[in-house]
Amino acid sequence: MREVAEGLFRNIPSGVGARQQAVRLSQADLQGVLKRGAGWAVSQGYGTPRDLEHTEENGCLKGAEPQTVSQRALERGRPQLGSIGSGNHFVEVDYVAEVYDDEVARALGLFKDQLAITIHTGSRGLGYQVCDDSIKAMQRTTQQYGIAIPDRQLCCAPLNSPPAREYIGAMTSAANFAFANRQLITHTVRQTFAEVLQRSAPDLRIEVIYDVCHNIGKFETHMVDGEARRLCVHRKGATRALAPGHPQLPSVYRDLGQPVLIPGDMGRYSYVLIGTRQGGEETFASSCHGAGRLMSRTQAKKSARGRPIVQELESQGIYVRSAGRATLMEEIPEAYKDVRDVVDVVHGAGISRKVVQLRPLGVVKG
Amino acid sequence: MTNTGKTVYQPLDHTGDLGMLVFGADLHELFAHAAWGLCDLMTDAERIEPRLSRDLAVEAIDLEDLMVRWLGELLYAYDTDRFLAVNAVFHTLEPTRLHATLRGEPFDAERHPIDTEIKAVTYHQIAVERLDTGWQARVIFDI
Repeated sequence: MREVAEGLFRNIPSGVGARQQAVRLSQADLQGVLKRGAGWAVSQGYGTPRDLEHTEENGCLKGAEPQTVSQRALERGRPQLGSIGSGNHFVEVDYVAEVYDDEVARALGLFKDQLAITIHTGSRGLGYQVCDDSIKAMQRTTQQYGIAIPDRQLCCAPLNSPPAREYIGAMTSAANFAFANRQLITHTVRQTFAEVLQRSAPDLRIEVIYDVCHNIGKFETHMVDGEARRLCVHRKGATRALAPGHPQLPSVYRDLGQPVLIPGDMGRYSYVLIGTRQGGEETFASSCHGAGRLMSRTQAKKSARGRPIVQELESQGIYVRSAGRATLMEEIPEAYKDVRDVVDVVHGAGISRKVVQLRPLGVVKG
Repeated sequence: MTNTGKTVYQPLDHTGDLGMLVFGADLHELFAHAAWGLCDLMTDAERIEPRLSRDLAVEAIDLEDLMVRWLGELLYAYDTDRFLAVNAVFHTLEPTRLHATLRGEPFDAERHPIDTEIKAVTYHQIAVERLDTGWQARVIFDI
């Protein structure tokens, strides 16, 4: 596992610090990424059509308007496709420690002691810049529409107004960048396992279970007071968890419900859950997205100062590698709530149902 | 955190994110200290040598907006050219616009540690205020 963790650390650019570019993109490539998402990556040989069938909306949100993405956002994003980024973003190798629902686990291709890889990253600098551009542009818009807000960061515009439409076109493009980004990393993960284990990548049969974006507004149909209505559901610190039968689920999971991926911290465990009808009715098909922090980053750093975090985790059989010197300190396991408590609440409330628990073996952070 | 013995900025605790309280005797110093603070949160500002310079002009709707845009420009310079600005001299500094000469150098993995990747400068709880003792700004970053 040490070799796998080191291989992943070597092959997947963190995107922070020294510029280490995963792929060289022309302007035309970048337009393809924004318009076609993971489909672009697969067309370039980074993955298979099967991956797309196991990705939300086939890895491409409709309605992307790449011309609404600023030159600045393109410049920030271009060298970063295929990189993880820092903070809580990671690539993790886990094993299935507990199975709670054998039938669903099997349908997802999961069983006890099987290896599973979790990738958590998004639209990188391109997305941050789209957000930044839009927030700056909307500083005046909010006033123009006579909307009072308690904090300037909450600037906004009516959903059908021209500034909002423009934002949605750019946000959708950024989401497609994120799908392509994770698809590229998936490819690098396969290559790395093949390299370390000296097997061909197809032989290893590393298959995508599900790829979904969170921290985004999505247009979905939900029942409101007995009436089907098209809504924009904005999830932040939450993830989509569609109920079985939902038409926006990929056909492979239509009867099962959406796989819900809930990362914990790098030392304890993460979970895979499945969307439920009750969640679909009660929470606009939303579930929690992670453990949530218990300590601020500064508190975590104080508590980690002087401690050999890498060795501490290694003594528990977890190989951790990170590009930033502060990242590991900020991300120490005790900086997070015990995700088991969070998941038990979600399961108990019926919002999503537990399928398996994953425990980490190797973690790569930005 | 200090550079020449006086308090330039204090990191601010914020559950998911990171912020700073910046201090300055006047507006010029406040904006220069904000640049230093941003740089120090990303790496160790004391290790950045002011050997290169570049000019920067920013326009805004008010002073708080100017602070957010100023730091946003510095972050953009880092993200695209890896340029880390540790200090700045202002030719113009008014509530709605500034023109500055930045001094710093490109990030060098050999000499500069990486602390935090900052995604964006936010308007959340943004404040630029005049106190009895000078100026103070509060900025929260998305990380």
